[in-house]
Amino acid sequence: MTYIEKTVTALKEKFGDAIEQVAVFRGETTAWVKKEVVVEVLRFLKESPDLRYTFLADLTAYDDWPEEPRFKVAYQLREMTGPVNFRVTCAVHGDDAELPTATGVHLNANWHEREVFDLFGIKFAGHPDLRRILMPADWGGHPLRKDYPLGYEEVEFTFNFDEIEKKKPYAKE
Amino acid sequence: MGLEQKLGNMGVVTTTLETVVNWGRTNAMWPMLFGLACCAIEMISTVMPNNDLSRFGMELMRASPRQSDLMIVAGRVSRKMAPVLRRLYDQMPDPKWVIAMGDCAACGGVFNNYAIVQGVDEVVPVDVYVAGCPPRPEALMHGILTLHEKVKKEKIKDWA
Repeated sequence: MTYIEKTVTALKEKFGDAIEQVAVFRGETTAWVKKEVVVEVLRFLKESPDLRYTFLADLTAYDDWPEEPRFKVAYQLREMTGPVNFRVTCAVHGDDAELPTATGVHLNANWHEREVFDLFGIKFAGHPDLRRILMPADWGGHPLRKDYPLGYEEVEFTFNFDEIEKKKPYAKE
Repeated sequence: MGLEQKLGNMGVVTTTLETVVNWGRTNAMWPMLFGLACCAIEMISTVMPNNDLSRFGMELMRASPRQSDLMIVAGRVSRKMAPVLRRLYDQMPDPKWVIAMGDCAACGGVFNNYAIVQGVDEVVPVDVYVAGCPPRPEALMHGILTLHEKVKKEKIKDWA
């Protein structure tokens, strides 16, 4: 039995219904879990003696607006001796986008969760220092959501050059 | 031609004060280290021996704004960095000049979005824009020499 199959069997045994689905695509395995158990799943995968997924390689999210559930948060795990890659994803609704924090299990989730909060607005309960990390501290809105405006400046051609020049905020001395 | 011919042999030349002041300012204009992104690599290679910037007296790239005259903004300025840039510009003593190096500093470059300031002239007043992505070291030197020509035409009361 391959390592991945062993992992999936162990997860289904321990968590049962909380593992909604296991998807395999082009050699990559993803387990879709319910958001209430996601931290226990991470802890089980890290600390269980025959499944040593000790490295949280990445923690990101993506937005599927206007579909509900809107956000899908992905935890990319890695077992170092194989190395074996495994992904745990959970779907979060847009209305009360909140997840328990994974910093208790993996310390490097701290900044990844700050980035997800900054760009998507998903809060992490129990996070020691949840504030913006990429945008300025007083920025409004969450830029990577699909309903956030693109925020680009109009391209200047000869016919609209004068109007744009009047509105552009040039710096004084 | 009169006075210069007679006095030149004694080691005396006559000129205007403005010419001398501007000559002094151009010959040793110390740039401030402000390499933000990829344009910084080209700025570094301008100072390297192949395209030597120290023949213009500018090899001394000061990290401190208090000791520099020229700020070469090399690279993209994000919205989070813009107040920092303005603060450092305010800390430079007069006379000071700014070169916006590269497309991102001049007009936002390829990054037309919420996170990048569309042209650093929204934050500081710019004297010379050098186009390119990134501009070749020769292009940056041409920009610096254009700035020198601009400085040579300045009046003393611009900075008085």
